[in-house]
Amino acid sequence: MMSRHWSAWLQATPLACVLGVFLLLPMVVLVVVSFYDYDSVQVIPAFVLTNYQEALGSAVTWRIYVNTLRYTLIVWAITVTLGFGVAYVLAFEIRNRTAQTMLFLVCTVPFLTSNIIRMISWIPFLGREGLLNTALQRAGLIDVPLEFLLFSDFAVILAYVHLYTLFMITPIFNAMMRIDRGLIEAAIDGGARFRQVISQVILPLCKPGIAIGSIFVVTMVMGDFITVRFMSGGQSASVGLMISNQISLLQYPAACANAVILLAVVLMMIAAITRIIDIRKEL
Amino acid sequence: MRMPGKATMGLGRRGLLAAAGVAAGSGAITGFPTIWAQNIKNVTLRQFGTGVSNLNAIADKVKADLGFTLSMTALDSDAVTQKAVTQPKSFDIADIEYWICKKVYPTGTLQPMEVKRIKYFDKIVPTFTSGRLTPTTPIAQGTAPHTVSFVDSPTAKTFAAGQTGWMTLIPTIYNADTLGIRPDLVGRPITHWKDLMDPAFKGKASILNIPSIGIMDAAMVMESMGRIKYADKGNMTKPEIDKTIGFLIEAKKAGQFRAFWKTFDESVNLMAAGEVIIQSMWSPAVAAVRSKGIPCVYQPLAEGYRAWGGGLGIARHLSGLERDAAYEYINWYLSGWVGAYLNRQGYYSAVLETSKQHMSADEWGFWMEGKPAKADILSPEGKVMEKAGAVRDGGSFQERMGAVACWNSVMTEDRYMVQKWNEFIAA
Repeated sequence: MMSRHWSAWLQATPLACVLGVFLLLPMVVLVVVSFYDYDSVQVIPAFVLTNYQEALGSAVTWRIYVNTLRYTLIVWAITVTLGFGVAYVLAFEIRNRTAQTMLFLVCTVPFLTSNIIRMISWIPFLGREGLLNTALQRAGLIDVPLEFLLFSDFAVILAYVHLYTLFMITPIFNAMMRIDRGLIEAAIDGGARFRQVISQVILPLCKPGIAIGSIFVVTMVMGDFITVRFMSGGQSASVGLMISNQISLLQYPAACANAVILLAVVLMMIAAITRIIDIRKEL
Repeated sequence: MRMPGKATMGLGRRGLLAAAGVAAGSGAITGFPTIWAQNIKNVTLRQFGTGVSNLNAIADKVKADLGFTLSMTALDSDAVTQKAVTQPKSFDIADIEYWICKKVYPTGTLQPMEVKRIKYFDKIVPTFTSGRLTPTTPIAQGTAPHTVSFVDSPTAKTFAAGQTGWMTLIPTIYNADTLGIRPDLVGRPITHWKDLMDPAFKGKASILNIPSIGIMDAAMVMESMGRIKYADKGNMTKPEIDKTIGFLIEAKKAGQFRAFWKTFDESVNLMAAGEVIIQSMWSPAVAAVRSKGIPCVYQPLAEGYRAWGGGLGIARHLSGLERDAAYEYINWYLSGWVGAYLNRQGYYSAVLETSKQHMSADEWGFWMEGKPAKADILSPEGKVMEKAGAVRDGGSFQERMGAVACWNSVMTEDRYMVQKWNEFIAA
């Protein structure tokens, strides 16, 4: 008994060490530094609340949070719809196992290149003299280039959807593959129409997948800074961008305070998601 | 120095290596200058700075001419400031801008250089020593280099009012910045900074999103429009900052700006793709747009230029042979080869006389005197930069550097300004 007890501790040690050093410790540092003071070149160890006061007391912070949450909500709504649709086709419409695997791999092909390259490649496509505008103009569909395509909220959301939909597809697809096909047949035999099968059988059984996908998308969009910077041409701000600006200006304590606030907000969002859907129970 | 020997007997390989490492790190070289002096080849100087002057060609030439190794690290200006302050032992030579020097020098991580050991001190362009290019040039606003160039003693942490025997930075590279335009698309002559806000260029203008520099460009625009008269653009008061940022937000909401750029290549792409036709720009970015065959002009404006400059400083920890090598490097830097190299890129060098000796009469005429090029003008890498017959935008060195309205700077209200700038970007 004693030895089993010890072996369990031993088995947990490597992971505990890794998490301790690479997750817990940095978090502690983050929180500690968020109470430090700073001037234009250095961080001054102290215990001040000014970083939080400045962050929470500024209308800019609130506006940036509202903007970030807006992006998150829109991107979440689009990716969940797309993700569900694509996963449905993959899981139920494609009967052939090989074709299914192949098509799923096709979904992941864009991920063979880096995130940033996939994002930046939109810029020459959407620009004022970009491929899309040129094509539309040559086809005689428009006279003046569509300017909203680039350096706008549209561009930001488009890039997010492109980057993150797969993170929705994968867990939902996974959840769908676990659904007992007999249940669907039973529903159809019981007289359920297509829409009812989706909304009353498949959707409820996909909830854990949707929850996992949502956690991915929400955390990634909430913390993003590079997509917003490039796709909005610096015109829009997000919380991550605000933090990155502060870091580049050496305002580490302010950045830490904002990071702590962001962390709290994201954790609350994840708590809300897991409250609605018990991922553990349904896995 | 007995330790390593002792360690050999008692410890295994690991212990020996560790002990040897300690010996090497503890100043084995600087401890014996007389023995090692002939062996300057063993010295490695670690230089870091912004990309503009951290050129591998320079490191190669140092190796060839002086024999020692110069290792270079290029960072952006924020990272440079940070490294200079927080990691004082991680570098030997700091290649920093004057406004960064204003922030960094008082923290004590750099040591001043003895003016009498700088061979070409008397030939340095007077902008850096007296603030005046010619005796009649007015002193520009902002962090003018001469205000942060001298200290009273090696231990002083505040800048001296005038010239002394101790210099904080030896100037290396500088330039006068203005707006870049697409002459084919603006459709009219651009003459003033206020043209950036012309409603005709709505959605086609850009300003750079580096707060300390962007605010200066905005200030040039504001003054040009007659909206405000700053006591010192480079050191605004809170109400002045409020007014400037308020104006920028207004313009942003009205859709004047297409984008804001942060890096060199972003500015090139905005201009080359026709997204933007008038914007804040840096001189090599204009050259980069032109090299794609797209017309782009670095437009001189009536109110003058916003200038920037950088220089080399020596780390506080440097002493003995390494410091000698640093002085040797700095004297070499001013002796002409590098100056010519920088001039050929469209920047300016600190000692014109020596640079001239390393440039052809045609090159000198084009870059420095504003004369039409007689033959194609080549970059230091041998690429054609300008065709024969071209004239440099803005003309001669005297015309450009003599019309500097302000220098890149760091303000007393820096923190407040940055907060307000973030409001502008978030607006």
